[in-house]
Amino acid sequence: MIDFIRSVGSRSLDIVREAGGMVLFLLEGLALALVPPFRPRRVLQEIQLIGVKSMLIILLTAAFTGMVLALQGYYTLRKYGSEGALGSAVALSLIREMGPVLTGIMVSARAGSAVTAEIGIMRITEQLDALDTMAVNPMQYVVMPKLIAGLIAVPLLTAIFDVMGILGGYLIGVVLLGVSSGSYFSGMVQSVVPLDINGGIVKSLVFGLTIILVACFKGYYTEHGAEGVSRATNQTVVLSAVLVLAWDYVLTSFFM
Amino acid sequence: MIQVIDLHKSFNGQKVLDGINLTIPTGEITVVIGKSGVGKSVLLKHIIGLLKPDRGQVLVDGVDISTLRGKKLQEFKKHFAVLFQGGALFDSLNVFENIAFPLREKTRLPEAEIASRVRLRLEQMHLSADVESKFPDELSGGMKKRVALARAMIQEPEIIFFDEPVTGLDPPMSNTVFHLINETHRASGYTAMVVAHDIPEVFQIADHVAMLHKGRIVAHGSPEEIQNHTDPVVQSFIKGEVDFLEG
Repeated sequence: MIDFIRSVGSRSLDIVREAGGMVLFLLEGLALALVPPFRPRRVLQEIQLIGVKSMLIILLTAAFTGMVLALQGYYTLRKYGSEGALGSAVALSLIREMGPVLTGIMVSARAGSAVTAEIGIMRITEQLDALDTMAVNPMQYVVMPKLIAGLIAVPLLTAIFDVMGILGGYLIGVVLLGVSSGSYFSGMVQSVVPLDINGGIVKSLVFGLTIILVACFKGYYTEHGAEGVSRATNQTVVLSAVLVLAWDYVLTSFFM
Repeated sequence: MIQVIDLHKSFNGQKVLDGINLTIPTGEITVVIGKSGVGKSVLLKHIIGLLKPDRGQVLVDGVDISTLRGKKLQEFKKHFAVLFQGGALFDSLNVFENIAFPLREKTRLPEAEIASRVRLRLEQMHLSADVESKFPDELSGGMKKRVALARAMIQEPEIIFFDEPVTGLDPPMSNTVFHLINETHRASGYTAMVVAHDIPEVFQIADHVAMLHKGRIVAHGSPEEIQNHTDPVVQSFIKGEVDFLEG
């Protein structure tokens, strides 16, 4: 019993220590964005790696999400004779919740794992030490561009997700199930308000920063060779997905 | 001149460096030998500022670098270069970009001048021009070491640190790398510290040899003095005798 309590306490301390470490890591990374060299080319490269290369999976996920929302929504709304509200239902679900959350989870799985693996391999092959010995700050060269790229790319991907999801919903709701095109879009225009869009943007900013922060942190402090990189990559995907969901609840309660 | 004075370091309660005293004379090659895992790379990392000691000093031309922080530490790092054990070439950059990296980051030289210097170093390392566009994963072990040496030398540093420069290479390639270290040292006169356990091959480049054992320097002298040392620990290491009792 004592051992169990001891292990719970020890694990709790590790979690708190890691959380504190991540906050300091984030502050250092963002602070370095404010001092030269600003490395715009590196930021653009990272936007390409994190954003552009995630586009296909985001488009696929968004299309199917919109299609499922329309399918489920149609048959539920039809019971109350409210098929005309399908556009509102699909748009609000996507813009407020599904867009930011699913974009976050997809980016965490695709780009987050890649970032952790990249930085982890740099750590175990001493590339980060090599940068340090050349008087190039590895946080500034490697981490900062990724944090900035995450802040830019994830909200843009979220917006793309929302649009693609709405189109997917249109395909099923209007083209297949016969909902009026006019009511699909007019319902959307009437019910989506700036607070919904702003809330979605704020969520995507927070999710983007969280995912890339966790990915960079886990990679930067990787130990124990290839096995360590594998473990860190796994931890990145799981932890960032959990944090996305936790932040979603906190931010939703703030905006409601 | 580099001086290590009474250096102590422990990791998770295990003593790795237990009062190291070592002098690395200016303009000469000092080789630090010892068994695998004895702490040679840990000692090296203290001297290049990647680790801070629990106790002791590391003086470079009289300045205690173990107390340097921020800009002063960055300034110190401009005077030396490191050849890491695996080369530590940047995976996302090709050979040309790897060698040019320190010049692009730390100087305002025009690209034409950078290209000229990179090609000169490649020639010095006996690497052909078609290697320029290759990425590190397309290179052999020996080529990686030569590219890493070219990158280390590109800014003409005063001090170069070599962390096991020939580990993993076959004998002909090891001799090639040692020959290149000798050649570049003769041409540039840099101070060098080489961490190695390749006995007796590494003696061909050494002006001084120091042996690390159980956290301390147990022998220090010329290659001939080390090879004729009367300490049984030194003799056992030089002869490559097996000791299953050692950790």
